[in-house]
Amino acid sequence: MSVETASPTLMTVPAAPVDTRMASLRAIYIIWYRDILRYWRDRWRLVASLAQPLLFLLVFGSGLSSSLGGAFGRGTGISYIQFMYPGIIGMSILFSAIFGAMSIVWDREFGFLKEVLVAPIDRWAVAVGKALGGTTQAMIQGLILLVLAPFVGVKLSLLTVVELVPLAAVLAFGLASFGVAIASMMKSLQGFQVVMNFLMMPMFFLSGALFPLTNLPGWMTWLTRLDPASYGIDPIRRVVLSNSGLPNVNSLGLTINGQVLAIPMEAAIMLAFGAVLLGVAVVMFERRD
Amino acid sequence: MPETVIEAKGLIKKYGDLEAVAGIDLEVRAGEIFGFLGPNGAGKSTTISMLCTLLTPTAGVARVAGIDVVHDPAAVRQRIGLVFQDPSLDDQLTGRENLEFHAFVYSVPAQDRRRRIDEMLDLLQLADRAASQVKTYSGGMKRRLEIARGMLHQPQILFLDEPTLGLDPQTRKSIWTHLNELRSTKGVTIFMTTHYMDEAEYCDRIAIIDRGKIVALGTPEDLKGLVGGDVVTITSTKPDAAESEIKKLLGVTPVRDNGSLRMEVPDGKAFVPRLVRELEAPVDTVSLRRPSLDDVFLKLTGRVIRDEEVSARDRNRAMASRWMGRRR
Repeated sequence: MSVETASPTLMTVPAAPVDTRMASLRAIYIIWYRDILRYWRDRWRLVASLAQPLLFLLVFGSGLSSSLGGAFGRGTGISYIQFMYPGIIGMSILFSAIFGAMSIVWDREFGFLKEVLVAPIDRWAVAVGKALGGTTQAMIQGLILLVLAPFVGVKLSLLTVVELVPLAAVLAFGLASFGVAIASMMKSLQGFQVVMNFLMMPMFFLSGALFPLTNLPGWMTWLTRLDPASYGIDPIRRVVLSNSGLPNVNSLGLTINGQVLAIPMEAAIMLAFGAVLLGVAVVMFERRD
Repeated sequence: MPETVIEAKGLIKKYGDLEAVAGIDLEVRAGEIFGFLGPNGAGKSTTISMLCTLLTPTAGVARVAGIDVVHDPAAVRQRIGLVFQDPSLDDQLTGRENLEFHAFVYSVPAQDRRRRIDEMLDLLQLADRAASQVKTYSGGMKRRLEIARGMLHQPQILFLDEPTLGLDPQTRKSIWTHLNELRSTKGVTIFMTTHYMDEAEYCDRIAIIDRGKIVALGTPEDLKGLVGGDVVTITSTKPDAAESEIKKLLGVTPVRDNGSLRMEVPDGKAFVPRLVRELEAPVDTVSLRRPSLDDVFLKLTGRVIRDEEVSARDRNRAMASRWMGRRR
């Protein structure tokens, strides 16, 4: 078989010029869509990921609620399990957002990331698509826990849900961006355990999900205020509990210099954190060859 | 003369002191099936990665589809299809979903997406399994899906890095049938690497690469012509004695390969009786055959192209380039 005998019809048509802005939007969409498709296809993961919040609420929440009794809440009328419930919604968002975004590391391990990175698309679009994928998954994982409200003595209203969705989105976005940034620096799955133990668990414990961030020892006050998750979980708690007839929750709110932060301020801090971390992720992605 | 679609001049890739690719020149013409042949660690993957813009050359120039790979990698990537050595499919998704993902990130126009995906699924005989998750596919089906994916954005050139590695002979053959069909129906130029000698026979032209350099380039027939006449191989319990006697009495210099002695002779039928008659060292077996590409490789490099015989140095080179490649 020589070149001369084969006379194929040559496709000399050059690739049509591509509108790069549209190409980036399409890429963000399909990267996001793939994440949602995988999430939806993996129903068992969905069910399994509800087990941990349930365990926390049932065992930890009920146990501490009955042993603390009225001693918890300093006269706010809030029981421990009511206090903890929005925190557990926050925990669910925190873990799902970071894990969801960090699926990039799996993609690298199983080769699919190569298909994404060699495509003629901008790298920033890959980071943004991944962050939005993690955000969406985390929001679903968090908001699904609203079905447990009646069991912990929390009343839900339409207003609660309307106010909660953007706050959950902001928290999920901040932590998903954090996850993409971490994943962009990780080369293998081996670092995963380290991230889990040294970043995610401290972030969770210091976030105010499990106890009010007031009257803490000085060093701990500092750490809790440095934890970005604090600024995402506090407004969720205040919205859920104050709409449930427990307005005193605001006295347990996150303070800086003794002043309780306004909810929009907390959301802005969370958004800014997400934007900065997404920027870091984009830079890291652009640098990789 | 068809136009040149791949052109490389003095292409070099160094990893520290290690020269994985030590100056490569080549030209590939439109519509050709061009094979890049060599043992593991010879620099095949490094070269193909530079041509595909996945690695930046240390020195030299390469133009693919008329575009410089260093100056405008995105434009090159839009015009080439890639099938990697390692798997790169999402096996949670179905075959069709994998293709849809590709169509989106390669900006295949919305009105053409479905039609092109169906066409490629048909061509590579995956239509009936398109709705199954890729994790249920066989190795050969995954490879076919990767080829379908690589062709989806209608590239001028399809690059394949060891596309048949790890597949059984029957599957390898069917992959070749598909590649030939793609060349004739789509007119795509195919550039592929392999370390299977028998596969190189399917190529229009072959470059043999060894230790980062091209040692021969031509059609399979041209290359076999480099080996003069026939190949005679003998085994002997006293190979050293046999070797020196052959040199002295018959005027031929044999090449040692694992205790057997190989020699090229112009007329094998006349040579074998003389050999048996004149040699005092014991001759256990004699074989006579037409030259193969293995013989060409042995002649050019003094080594046999087999996985297990890759020298320690080559293995280090392969490992270094793989490791550095991942780090980048």
